[in-house]
Amino acid sequence: MSNKNLQGEVWVFAEQEGGKLHDVALELCGKARELADTLGVQVGAVLPGYNCAELAKPLFAHGADKVYIVDDPNLARFTSMPYARAVETLICKHKPQIVLYGATPLGRDLAPRVASATRSGLTADCTDLQIGDVFEARSKQEYKNLLHQIRPAFGGNIIATIVNPEQWPQMATVREGVFPKKEADEARTGEVIEEKVEIPAELLVVEALERFVETKKIDLKGSRVVVAGGAGVGSKENFQLVVDLANALGGAVGASRAAVDSGFIDRDHQVGQTGTTVRPALYVAVGISGAVQHRVGMQDAAKIIAINNDPDAPIFSVAHYSIVGDLNEIVPMMIKAAQERVVTE
Amino acid sequence: MSSYRSIVLVKQVPDTSKITGNAMKEDGTINRAALPAIFNPEDLSALEAALEVKDRFGGTVTVITMGLPKAADVLRECLYRGADRVILVTDRGAGGSDTLATSYVLSQAVKKVGEFDFIFCGRQAIDGDTAQTGPQCAEKLGIPQICYLTEIIDVKDGTATLRRSLGAGWEVVKTTLPALITVVEEANEPRPQAAIKVMRHKHKRAPLEAAEGETIAPEDQIEQWSLGCIDADPERCGFPGSPTKVHKILSIVLKKEGSVQVAPTEEGVRGMFSELVKDRVLG
Repeated sequence: MSNKNLQGEVWVFAEQEGGKLHDVALELCGKARELADTLGVQVGAVLPGYNCAELAKPLFAHGADKVYIVDDPNLARFTSMPYARAVETLICKHKPQIVLYGATPLGRDLAPRVASATRSGLTADCTDLQIGDVFEARSKQEYKNLLHQIRPAFGGNIIATIVNPEQWPQMATVREGVFPKKEADEARTGEVIEEKVEIPAELLVVEALERFVETKKIDLKGSRVVVAGGAGVGSKENFQLVVDLANALGGAVGASRAAVDSGFIDRDHQVGQTGTTVRPALYVAVGISGAVQHRVGMQDAAKIIAINNDPDAPIFSVAHYSIVGDLNEIVPMMIKAAQERVVTE
Repeated sequence: MSSYRSIVLVKQVPDTSKITGNAMKEDGTINRAALPAIFNPEDLSALEAALEVKDRFGGTVTVITMGLPKAADVLRECLYRGADRVILVTDRGAGGSDTLATSYVLSQAVKKVGEFDFIFCGRQAIDGDTAQTGPQCAEKLGIPQICYLTEIIDVKDGTATLRRSLGAGWEVVKTTLPALITVVEEANEPRPQAAIKVMRHKHKRAPLEAAEGETIAPEDQIEQWSLGCIDADPERCGFPGSPTKVHKILSIVLKKEGSVQVAPTEEGVRGMFSELVKDRVLG
């Protein structure tokens, strides 16, 4: 779609499963609210599903002005084609200027299909979104109020700002936890708009036969603080130091692959390329050398503390605070300092 | 045995795990010459999935890549592992393509290949990690997409039963064919190159790889298609066909400049904590 609708709304795809909204949808409502206020337009949430009308309320409470509900038994469970048809039909009808999706496995499946159908640009895994003007040197054109889609690329070695000057809507996916979930304003209300989208039989050719969803035992992604231990911790017994520091800071316990492979802790705690990617406010790396496979899973933490006895350990290349020394001395000092801080508050 | 026609979409990528300080130019852009070019890891998993279908259920494997003439490297690797046919799509007009334009070019190439049962591609490429090109190709071809394949359970009567990852969990789905399937690394262990196939195919080259004045014997030629060959509209390829534009690039390899050395003492640790509280990192 090339026609730019300057009054277009800022939309959020309201991902839900089994009658429960995904947290990232609520986080995105908050961000969409900010962007929409800057642009002077409204926030819309698109909610495909079945019997999910009651989910409009939390979307309003987190910043939506309108909720577009597509209620259809064929949308009871996610499959790519029917969901894409629902979202792209509403985009063509209402012409939002921005559409945001959670960068969940579902969002990353759906959003590109919608982008292809609407021929619009899509930027994956944004870590920040802003509104700004762009001067295009090539065409000497000034573009007002574009969505700046900011994301790491090249294995996390560069940060790129992407814009869509001509073809709208401007679409982006954002990982869970990148934007904070704002406090719900239960008094906020909005307009519920019921939409009907025809879903022809040829889109219903994928059938889910069986499904297993793990219940999250630990919430690495959602933690503001992650304290992770590596091979340098030395033993399963000594790993208790890492756990104690995590408790003192109110954070979750993470681990490098080396620590998991050595049996210090369960694989659920693994951070990195083959584990969980975390972007906490604070990441503490205890006795982790910092192979690139680990760094890609944690280097976007807002602040990183690294403790290692090897001053040349690669982990220091991404650390904001580098402590060279024996972790068996330093970690107890940190636990003590963290506890003192709680007492003085 | 039946005969399932698989098409695999692969990409040659810079090895981003080898990035060091000198891989970034002073202006913050990437010095691609300093990075080895490799077969995108999850595309190797996609090739393996196609070869698995061929081994278990019968059929053929055709591989398509889009890139510079040098990308023929990954096509030779496919031949060494058992692909039947490989095609290089290369054209200056495709340079600067974002995922939307890339999926347009690839889907046009697929249409030229003709009828098929499966398209396999890696979930994502390590240079961008977007995971968008696969689903976008599926949409352009009007076929279902199954993302994050971990296991091919069965293929019969024009359907495939597949296990796919849900991140935290899995799902078994049954789809009609043709379908596009994106494959994750956990799905399989890509087979090694076969010595006999290396011997057979090592002289194969794309016409654009030939040195000036050199001719490649017809039996050694890798098929090479331009945008014209695949009937692609130039307005939907390369820069003109890409709605997303890179506005700005910042290198973060240099990020450690802001790093603070903290003394391994009680004072050092306390000082660091009060700074974190002041910066609102700790509440």
